[in-house]
Amino acid sequence: MQELWVWVGALLTLSILSFLYKDNVFYKFAEHLFVGVSAAYWMVIGIWGTLFPNLIAKIYPEAVRFVLPSLADREADLTFIFPALMGLLLLLRLSSRVGWISRWPLAFIVGTTAGLNLVRYLRSDFIGQVQNTMIPLLVFDGGRLDLLHTMSSIVLFGGVFTGLIYFFFSKEHRGVFGAASKVGIWVLMITFGAGFGYTVMARISLLVGRMQFLLGDWLGLINR
Amino acid sequence: MAMFDRVKNIDRRIIFLCIVLSVIVPLLLDITFTEKASPIVKNIFDKIESLPSGSRVLLSLDYGPSTVPEIQPMVNALVRHLNEKNHKVYFMCLWATGQNLTTITVDSVQAREFPEKVYGVDYVNLGYKAGNEGLINVLLTDMKKMYTTDVHGTYIDDLEIMRPVRNLTGFDLIVGLGGGTPGIKEWILFAGDPGRIPVAGGSTAVQAPLLYPYWPNQLLGLMGGIKGAAEYESELITYYPKYKLKSKPGIKMMGPQAVAHIVIMLFIIIGNITFFAQRAREGKAKGK
Repeated sequence: MQELWVWVGALLTLSILSFLYKDNVFYKFAEHLFVGVSAAYWMVIGIWGTLFPNLIAKIYPEAVRFVLPSLADREADLTFIFPALMGLLLLLRLSSRVGWISRWPLAFIVGTTAGLNLVRYLRSDFIGQVQNTMIPLLVFDGGRLDLLHTMSSIVLFGGVFTGLIYFFFSKEHRGVFGAASKVGIWVLMITFGAGFGYTVMARISLLVGRMQFLLGDWLGLINR
Repeated sequence: MAMFDRVKNIDRRIIFLCIVLSVIVPLLLDITFTEKASPIVKNIFDKIESLPSGSRVLLSLDYGPSTVPEIQPMVNALVRHLNEKNHKVYFMCLWATGQNLTTITVDSVQAREFPEKVYGVDYVNLGYKAGNEGLINVLLTDMKKMYTTDVHGTYIDDLEIMRPVRNLTGFDLIVGLGGGTPGIKEWILFAGDPGRIPVAGGSTAVQAPLLYPYWPNQLLGLMGGIKGAAEYESELITYYPKYKLKSKPGIKMMGPQAVAHIVIMLFIIIGNITFFAQRAREGKAKGK
């Protein structure tokens, strides 16, 4: 049985990779199959993993006795009727007549998410990042200057500072300010380059993974 | 000059073929390189090594099949290390696709390689819950509000390992392993920073540059892509030589990685030479 699934996996992999040559029916088949399977998978996991244990079992525990007997004898928590109602209202979107009601739960979701994210992002991404940049430029280790860490601190501070200058458009980029702005562009370019390098590594990793599967699990030419 | 034109207009399928060959040949020849853990990876290893035996470590496997080649080697190495140190391992996931991959990890590494460890006492698979960062936010205050059962449907308080845990602050370390959103960033923002819980991560290479700014104050350490996984494997082998004989997928993948990178660099150099040669030719033609 395992061998059959390896063959299915191998043929689907080759179908997807065949797109590199040109668009074809095998690629289209594999693509459609993937979309369909993914949608079904998410739905099934959502129903059995969240909807039953976290909603139905809370409102009416007896209803889940056939799937989650461990929760069937727990006390009901009727406050969960509110989120259940909100969920149902979301589904009204399917109706053209009363679809506007779905905006209420949507507004609740947007409002809660915005409020939650504002606080967390302000703390971690703004204050936290400012703190991470405010570091001593000269680093001493046992009374002696630690050259490596000092260099690292200067590069970090200089990179952030000149990068910010590049994005400061209220003053013309001339003279010392213009020079610092140019350094800022270089910092940004190096950052993009590093990002590109990492992206290449990620894509090659995926290719290596597939080749290991084809050459190892399928053809048995290599040991994994 | 005809050669430059030919190179400039090369069929992209030839480039694809070169990349595929640069991956296949090192795989067949089993080319590997020596890896050494960089400080950002070693920090994670040292933290796990320094935690007292029996510490509670939450592993959040937030990835899907598309990033298995990059993330799975990290997960396997971490699970081995945590078990070697006799820590309590809590598996969970913010991605629905992570649930099946967690089960595979539990079956193929945790249960198979450490049969003496007892489910529900030494490790637990909590599975997936919807909610993304909202889920982390709830877990920070009350874990059992969302996780009423484990992945098998066992009531959460019937599991010995879960009894002392009330919320995320009950963990000594959280390790997010993932390839996108929600993932490590959300663990930092919604658990690590507000709860003052050490957070470490293992991410896909694409995401790694976005996470570096959090290191070392907000993120304890980071395994970036397959290179990070290989470094962690090498550190594990250094401390626990028995793993030298076991599968080292991260280290094995670095051989084809290096060769493919050299090929890509060659293409970049050839592309630039062609560009400048053409520009020089055009300049000459204008001068005439």
